[in-house]
Amino acid sequence: MSGHSYDAENYWKANLRLIFGSLIIWALVSYGFAILLRPMLAGIPVGGTDLGFWFAQQGSILTFIALIFFYAWRMNKIDEQFGVHEE
Amino acid sequence: MSQFAINLLFVGGSFLLYILIAVWAKAGSTSDFYVAGGGVHPVTNGMAIGADWMSAASFISMAGLIAAGGYANSTFLMGWTGGYVLLAMLLAPYLRKFGKFTVPEFIGDRYYSPNARLVAVICLIVASVTYVIGQMAGAGVAFSRFLEVEATNGLMIAAVVVFIYAVLGGMKGITYTQVAQYCVLIIAYTIPAVFISLQLTGNPIPMFGMFSTHTESGLPLLEKLNMVVTDLGFREYTADIDNKLNMVLFTLSLMIGTAGLPHVIIRFFTVPKVADARWSGGWALVFIALLYLTAPAVASMARLNLMTTIYPEGTAAQPIEYDARPAWIATWEETGLIKFEDKNNDGRIQVYNDGNADFAATAAERGWEGNELSVNNDILVLANPEIANLPGWVIGLIAAGGLAAALSTAAGLLLAISSAVSHDLIKGRINPNITDKGELLAARISMAVAIVVATWLGANPPGFAAQVVALAFGIAAASLFPALMMGIFSKRVNNIGATLGMLSGLIFTLVYIFIYKGWFFIPGTNNLPDTAEFWVLGISPLSIGAVGALVNFAVAFGVSKVTAEPPVEIQELVESVRYPRGAGSAQDH
Repeated sequence: MSGHSYDAENYWKANLRLIFGSLIIWALVSYGFAILLRPMLAGIPVGGTDLGFWFAQQGSILTFIALIFFYAWRMNKIDEQFGVHEE
Repeated sequence: MSQFAINLLFVGGSFLLYILIAVWAKAGSTSDFYVAGGGVHPVTNGMAIGADWMSAASFISMAGLIAAGGYANSTFLMGWTGGYVLLAMLLAPYLRKFGKFTVPEFIGDRYYSPNARLVAVICLIVASVTYVIGQMAGAGVAFSRFLEVEATNGLMIAAVVVFIYAVLGGMKGITYTQVAQYCVLIIAYTIPAVFISLQLTGNPIPMFGMFSTHTESGLPLLEKLNMVVTDLGFREYTADIDNKLNMVLFTLSLMIGTAGLPHVIIRFFTVPKVADARWSGGWALVFIALLYLTAPAVASMARLNLMTTIYPEGTAAQPIEYDARPAWIATWEETGLIKFEDKNNDGRIQVYNDGNADFAATAAERGWEGNELSVNNDILVLANPEIANLPGWVIGLIAAGGLAAALSTAAGLLLAISSAVSHDLIKGRINPNITDKGELLAARISMAVAIVVATWLGANPPGFAAQVVALAFGIAAASLFPALMMGIFSKRVNNIGATLGMLSGLIFTLVYIFIYKGWFFIPGTNNLPDTAEFWVLGISPLSIGAVGALVNFAVAFGVSKVTAEPPVEIQELVESVRYPRGAGSAQDH
């Protein structure tokens, strides 16, 4: 393990950075746009209602899907980059 | 062909399919039984997770909840999907790398503590049993409505079918039946939705139809709906709410709870590689979203449909006469899920918000003496095809779909329960030297017993059965999720910290729930009324799981800091679950 430890540490840090960034977007679309920031987005109309309502019932879910696929794709690349991927 | 014959054909046909799959996918080893041999493709697994996850509540109740609550109940949509982001990034890939069979096993090994494992087993069993009762009862209701049998007999039939494929095939049988059940339930859910969207807006895609123009009035559908409901004294459908703290915490509790539910987590153990566990999460959410993006459209359209059925000439004119009510209202009255009481004896059905003081004057002026029609939220999806005048085969499809949703979730939960009993209790505590064959037999017997117990509880639901959201999600959020996450992301959290953390999160959450809902849910034993003005900071007992999780994290870190570091081999274990290389398939020690 010791020979790898420097790289291993950077691999884990890269993962944590990616998770952190993804979770900020995760929180922004759901707790932000759909709930707390909804009054601020009230001026943006979407089909008979406002953008916040759309995020609460559609947009947040669509964003979650995109986030997981992005994370999986990016993380599999990082695995290869650090040589910890499975054969 | 009569409607009964059509329903029988659809339900019987789908059950036959599940049994054929069971015979084909018989389990030959504990690895087959617990993790389907570990060779499931991520897309297949995503579909199985979709069926595993989407329960009778998602299929039958959720659209009704949203129809009744409007924007405020978006919490369910976000909460029950957002948890997959947490699962895919914070838990699933590492637990897959760990490569064992059950969730308590990870907790026991990581925290080198049989007691921590036991706490996890207890949490798993309480959460899963609460959850499974609702599924069994839901199957009974679907049977009694569509196949005209007693709810108890319907429950028995459902139990026998689950018994065949779950006892025979374990996770292997369950995985492939779940794939079939997903297909049945998603077709059943979307077909009526497409037709209703076409009828109301001309747009065949419900998630777009909801935000487009209502053909009849020329107004945007949601604007039309807001007008209709406010005319009758209800809150605007899209209205914002004041108690945002509670909305945030409730959504967060559902998300963390979703990520911590063992019957979902173990599905990620069935894929061959760590990378596949990540992809599985994405695919699972795609398949779940097909229903979850449609549900809010079904909700708003069904609410509008219901109102225009009652007020065919508009809300300013007279509602329909009771004798002229459509056939589906009469059908559902027989089940007791729709009730009519002619309070002002005018022979018409008045539907309005009689709890709204500002509307009382208008109601009095119109000679109304109270709301006369009570509609159970649960019938919205089930009655949808009848409300929209769809052909009989669509009703048969809905019957098969509702049963598929209930049975697939029940099977997943039963597997989580039986593997905790056979693997964590029997092999882990009682007889560690049991052979693979012996353990497989023990797993089958545990499964059989779990089905019998679940069926009995489904027929005689105890008081806590209605508390799935509080109890199952509360426990998963406050005890299991934090313990699993810290086990991966911290090398410092030790056995004492984790055990005390789980217990304090659990006790904190349960006590808060019991204070408002009664001790052990016994009616009349609550210390405070369960209404918003008595909640601490306006936090409802259903939203407390997220705070419980925080308590768990804080206690675990605090206690670990002042007690000994975990042994070196445990720190190496944590290190090893973080790197995908060398995962191998899930296996025993």
